[in-house]
Amino acid sequence: MNHLDILESQSIYILREAFKSFDKLAMLWSIGKDSNVMLWLARKAFLGHVPFPVVHVDTSYKIPEMITFRDHMAKEWNLDLIVGQNTKALEAGMDPEKGKVVCCSALKTEALKATLSEHGFTGVFAGIRRDEEGTRSKERVFSPRGENAEWDFRDQPPEFWDQFKTEFAPGTHLRIHPLLHWTEIDVWHYIQREDIPVIDLYFAKNGKRHRSLGCAPCTAPIESNAATLDDIITELETTRVSERSGRAQDKEAEDAFERLRAEGYM
Amino acid sequence: MADRKKTKSQARKAPAKGKAAVAQSEDIMDNKPLKIVIVGHVDHGKSTLVGRLIHDTGSLPEGKVETIQDMCDRRGMPFEWAFLMDALKSERDQGVTIDTSQIWFSTDHRKYVLIDAPGHKEFLKNMVSGAAHAEAALLVIDAEEGVREQSRRHGYLLHLLGVRQVAVAVNKMDLVKYSKGRFDEIKAEIHDYLNEIGIAPTHIIPVSSREGDMIVNESRHMDWYKGPTVAQALDLFEAPVVPTDLPLRFPVQDVYKFDKKRIIVGRVESGRLRVGDTLLISPTNKTVRVASIESWNSPAPVLAASAGQSIGITLEDQVFIERGQVASNIGNLPVETNVFRARIFWLGREPLTTGKTYKLKLATSHHNVVVQAIERVIDTDDLSSTEADKLERNAVAEVVLRSRGMMVLDEFINNPVMGRFVLVDKYDAVGGGIVSMEGYPDQRQSVTVKSTNIFSVDHRITPAARSANHGHRPGILWLTGLSGSGKSTIAVELERQLFLKGYHVYVIDGDNLRHGLCADLGFSPEDRTENIRRVGEVANLFADAGFIVIAAFISPYRADRQRARAIRSEQFHEIYIKAGLEVCERRDPKGLYKKARKGEIKMFSGISAPYEEPEEPECVIDTTFLPVSENVAELMEYIDQNLGGIDHHHETGKEEKAAQTG
Repeated sequence: MNHLDILESQSIYILREAFKSFDKLAMLWSIGKDSNVMLWLARKAFLGHVPFPVVHVDTSYKIPEMITFRDHMAKEWNLDLIVGQNTKALEAGMDPEKGKVVCCSALKTEALKATLSEHGFTGVFAGIRRDEEGTRSKERVFSPRGENAEWDFRDQPPEFWDQFKTEFAPGTHLRIHPLLHWTEIDVWHYIQREDIPVIDLYFAKNGKRHRSLGCAPCTAPIESNAATLDDIITELETTRVSERSGRAQDKEAEDAFERLRAEGYM
Repeated sequence: MADRKKTKSQARKAPAKGKAAVAQSEDIMDNKPLKIVIVGHVDHGKSTLVGRLIHDTGSLPEGKVETIQDMCDRRGMPFEWAFLMDALKSERDQGVTIDTSQIWFSTDHRKYVLIDAPGHKEFLKNMVSGAAHAEAALLVIDAEEGVREQSRRHGYLLHLLGVRQVAVAVNKMDLVKYSKGRFDEIKAEIHDYLNEIGIAPTHIIPVSSREGDMIVNESRHMDWYKGPTVAQALDLFEAPVVPTDLPLRFPVQDVYKFDKKRIIVGRVESGRLRVGDTLLISPTNKTVRVASIESWNSPAPVLAASAGQSIGITLEDQVFIERGQVASNIGNLPVETNVFRARIFWLGREPLTTGKTYKLKLATSHHNVVVQAIERVIDTDDLSSTEADKLERNAVAEVVLRSRGMMVLDEFINNPVMGRFVLVDKYDAVGGGIVSMEGYPDQRQSVTVKSTNIFSVDHRITPAARSANHGHRPGILWLTGLSGSGKSTIAVELERQLFLKGYHVYVIDGDNLRHGLCADLGFSPEDRTENIRRVGEVANLFADAGFIVIAAFISPYRADRQRARAIRSEQFHEIYIKAGLEVCERRDPKGLYKKARKGEIKMFSGISAPYEEPEEPECVIDTTFLPVSENVAELMEYIDQNLGGIDHHHETGKEEKAAQTG
């Protein structure tokens, strides 16, 4: 087994453990490269099927191409797509001007919580990776969330030997992270090997490309001429710029992202 | 500040290193990162060492040093490398690592996943969560403070977690003026400790993380040290071996029905599996043949799989299969048992307690297990041990665990993945451990019926007719107890008295079976179990013939006695001939205890092998104080009440008892 085979096998094992343990299971789909890989791995784990709904939290500020891509893929892969949106906050005029973290909290975290509780999901897949960002590197694969979806990062349960947390109190749920052990460059190598569709925004046009995707107002493209998968892999092998450098909400305060995640952000 | 200057120059050098990486990019697929964990006592500088290592290998993202500098300025403190890994604000505010994290870096030799583990005792559960992923470890010890409580405990846990490759960094050498004398003291101490627990450290390296001595770059301050730097020591670790050559173990994770196929999914934990292979499923002991290995988006049909692969298979046979069962090759089967010995570490807030039930998760199976005994609590400081009936948080012990159903496992030394388990209490994992079968038999042989084409012959004489003819009901009096408890003496006297009263009675004991029917058996746990199985079957035949059978055997394992009972539960009487170990050892009628104490007899029940007391015997005869004549009289009365006088057929007490225990 080579490096990618090992990563893939571990993810499949995690997906199957979750599928065995949770009746009400869903997968978060951000339309980004990581969650596309996660969906792909689900199809590997379940032999071509995605046997649970896929949830997209739509802030209404997403880059328009993302929505087009979402609807296209959902049809092609026969996905049971649930779109969550905090319409109340939007009607009240929520936007990043009110504060980036405030906006993320309302349109992403609150929308996510409402969608999860509406459907009664007890297990939710999220495609986060340890190498993305410091608080994510502290995560467990099966990560418990409290009754208000909060993450008690100061007191996480032990997790070892691939014996995951599958017992939980009523009213709480688990976030399951099948890609936690992957790195950004692993994801691109895998996309290349498996020929997984990804949105065009990742490929450079006019000297710019998106390295990480989010809402249009808070996601800046990076300077890059990487127009192919090979280019991207070469770029990542040499770059020393961090992946989320284009994500504005991380930078509002020293612990902006930590606080977002503690209250239930993915 | 000096650190920042170095950073700038490192940053400029980085692209050159990047180019080298591009040249290697073709073999990225085979360049598997080695996972290493940094462990050690709190404040001995683990996170700082990590920061320095990542920085000096040129693996830091741009702007990271500036971000850390900002965080330090805001707190009015000097530059703190630990902030690289201490991503949580509470960690930075308190200056202590709370949870484990991972970071990626590479040397010219290979890529690494570096796992930072907290050193504070309070966060041992997080240390375990990090270290359990590691393939090698670096133990960090403060040169000033020396070897401390968590240095030893972490060393011990690495051993339990199966991390065998360990290097040691003696950190903060700048604080002891780079003294060779101080280094040698610590080196000797940690070397001895690790050796005692079975770890041979690959290198012991004097370093200063703060000054950057011997991390990646060599040191101007320690000419007396000739060994490798930390980075070089890491490069000298060996890549882990995938257990492809071990016997096949394929624990069933789930069974899917997709596209009209029944697909058994799971991960091959060891060995290989091919289409067409005949597999044996434990513990049902059914054999099946692999029809196909299913896959999706695979360029060609998959015909074989090996250790580490998550696969799905279909079978030629329609047999019942469920999660927790284990497929293996017929020639090399896992152990089946309902009891084992384990070395465990305990992370629960409530102490582990004798008699309490926990959920055990092993591979894909789970069982409720009772803590039968805490045999010894190990002090990781000096490796001494004590007896206890409780195990406090963060402590290590040897325990005996027992389940109701049959567990399928391997000893940890034979197959790590199948020989380790996690204990769960309510919602949380509270401990982990590794399996030893020392002193306990593999129960597989005794639960497997090999011949299938057999039909029982119906007798034309009814049991009632036999009883009427004999004048008493049949029964099996199973005398169990330690060697020297008085079983044989009581058995032969009881036989004599019953015979004189007209009972049809016969004693079977070790002497009349071991020389004939069981002459092929020795005294290993498996042979003892087989011996007792045969005794049970012979006793059953005698009872079927209408006899009262007195079976006098130590029969130390509860499971064996349970099986003997199951053959004829309604007529089985478990008689516990009770006397304490000290009493039996003092009597020592055959001199066996002396030999066992000297080690001349191995696996002696009560000394070097377990004796499991009956839980609910029909009758207890305490021989500690009373003479044999009174013990026998007591038993005569029991027999008279339960088996004598065929007129009172329905002796209720016994029947109720049988209903409970049978």
